Amino acid sequence: MDEMNITSAQYVADLAGDNVIIVATIDGTEMSVPNNATGNRHYDEIQRQVAAGTLTIQDAD
Amino acid sequence: MALTTVRPQGMGFNTGRRNLVKNGAMLVSQRGTSFTSVADNAYTLDRYRLTENTSAIVDMSQSSEVPSEGGLSKSLKIDITTSATPSGGQAFCLNYRMEGYDFLPSGYGNSNAKYLTLSFWVKSNVTGTYRLTFIARNGSGNRSIGATYTINSADTWEKKEVSIIPDTASTPYQTTDEGFRIEWYLASGPDRTTGSLPTSWATLDNATRATGQGVNLASSTSNEWYITGVQLEVGTNASDFEHRSYADELFDCSRYYTNLAQFNGDNFGQMYSGTQGKVGLKYPRVMRAAPTVTANSPFTSLVEENGVAVRTPTAVAVNYSRASGCIMSFDVTGTSGNGLFVRQATNDTTIEADAEL
Repeated sequence: MDEMNITSAQYVADLAGDNVIIVATIDGTEMSVPNNATGNRHYDEIQRQVAAGTLTIQDAD
Repeated sequence: MALTTVRPQGMGFNTGRRNLVKNGAMLVSQRGTSFTSVADNAYTLDRYRLTENTSAIVDMSQSSEVPSEGGLSKSLKIDITTSATPSGGQAFCLNYRMEGYDFLPSGYGNSNAKYLTLSFWVKSNVTGTYRLTFIARNGSGNRSIGATYTINSADTWEKKEVSIIPDTASTPYQTTDEGFRIEWYLASGPDRTTGSLPTSWATLDNATRATGQGVNLASSTSNEWYITGVQLEVGTNASDFEHRSYADELFDCSRYYTNLAQFNGDNFGQMYSGTQGKVGLKYPRVMRAAPTVTANSPFTSLVEENGVAVRTPTAVAVNYSRASGCIMSFDVTGTSGNGLFVRQATNDTTIEADAEL
């Protein structure tokens, strides 16, 4: 019952090319989720859905 | 006649802050004061999260309906706007998720673990038995215990006190992760109400997670439920509600959520190029974790190029997010190198940082 509805996710890279943010649409709202931020509930849920095979994070533009 | 009483050492009086719950008086509601059609897993008043995956639709608000005693001025209200009968494993409950560090006074996980007592004021037009679920959380398995309380009289504030035995068998997270949870059930599907009420600590079992819930608050659009004066404290007795200043409560709640639009002009940066500016935003306090940042349009006159003009970004993005702040970029036309700062020219522009549990 804690599942979030995530309809899109895409990395955002910094100038060094590191993925620092995941822009995701969660429950209808576009949010900037810090990458590699275990403990952030949105990041944790993105990782859970990726591991479950129900979500793919798109590469950075 | 003696005018003072010296109590023996170890009688269990809690000095300092007693209430382990933040915003127990429902004073702080940074996201607004009225929320329609609240989504499953949404936060409304600070620190209180709704679980609602039935087909019911509920509104929530920060209400001025309060008990006549106790000095409370606000309550949390849940109002049914579309009724439903929960099915399967559906759940409808309010929950409070406590950071592991805040739960340390319980001593859970060793032989000195302590009793805890939850007290709160509640009011509803629906009388009957309601379920409370307490969950101690760690990575190796969540454990829970249940209790019930009864609303005896319709539309009447009643104070409830529930004490729970200590859990000595497992240690909840002692970190910034969620260590403890309180669930106030309002309705439940039958798959969560099987068996008997778990009155001793055991591995969390969703099949009994709401057992004992005798009320379906979602049964009618006439139904509503209020709560305030939430206090969880160490010991077997509920003490008087611990009032804290609004400033203190706001500061505590800002560890989990903050709305940066309230920090007009505090955040300076620079035109990074002729088409993009970057501003470092500092949060009012270090947050529990690196937060998720949401910028809500419109961005009319959101940034100002120093000494030149107020600018309306065509796009806003977050470049970095850390527990102490973030760097945001704004697509605006200006002169590279000029100073820039964020200003709030419209009340409906918000930049939210969310590190809730």
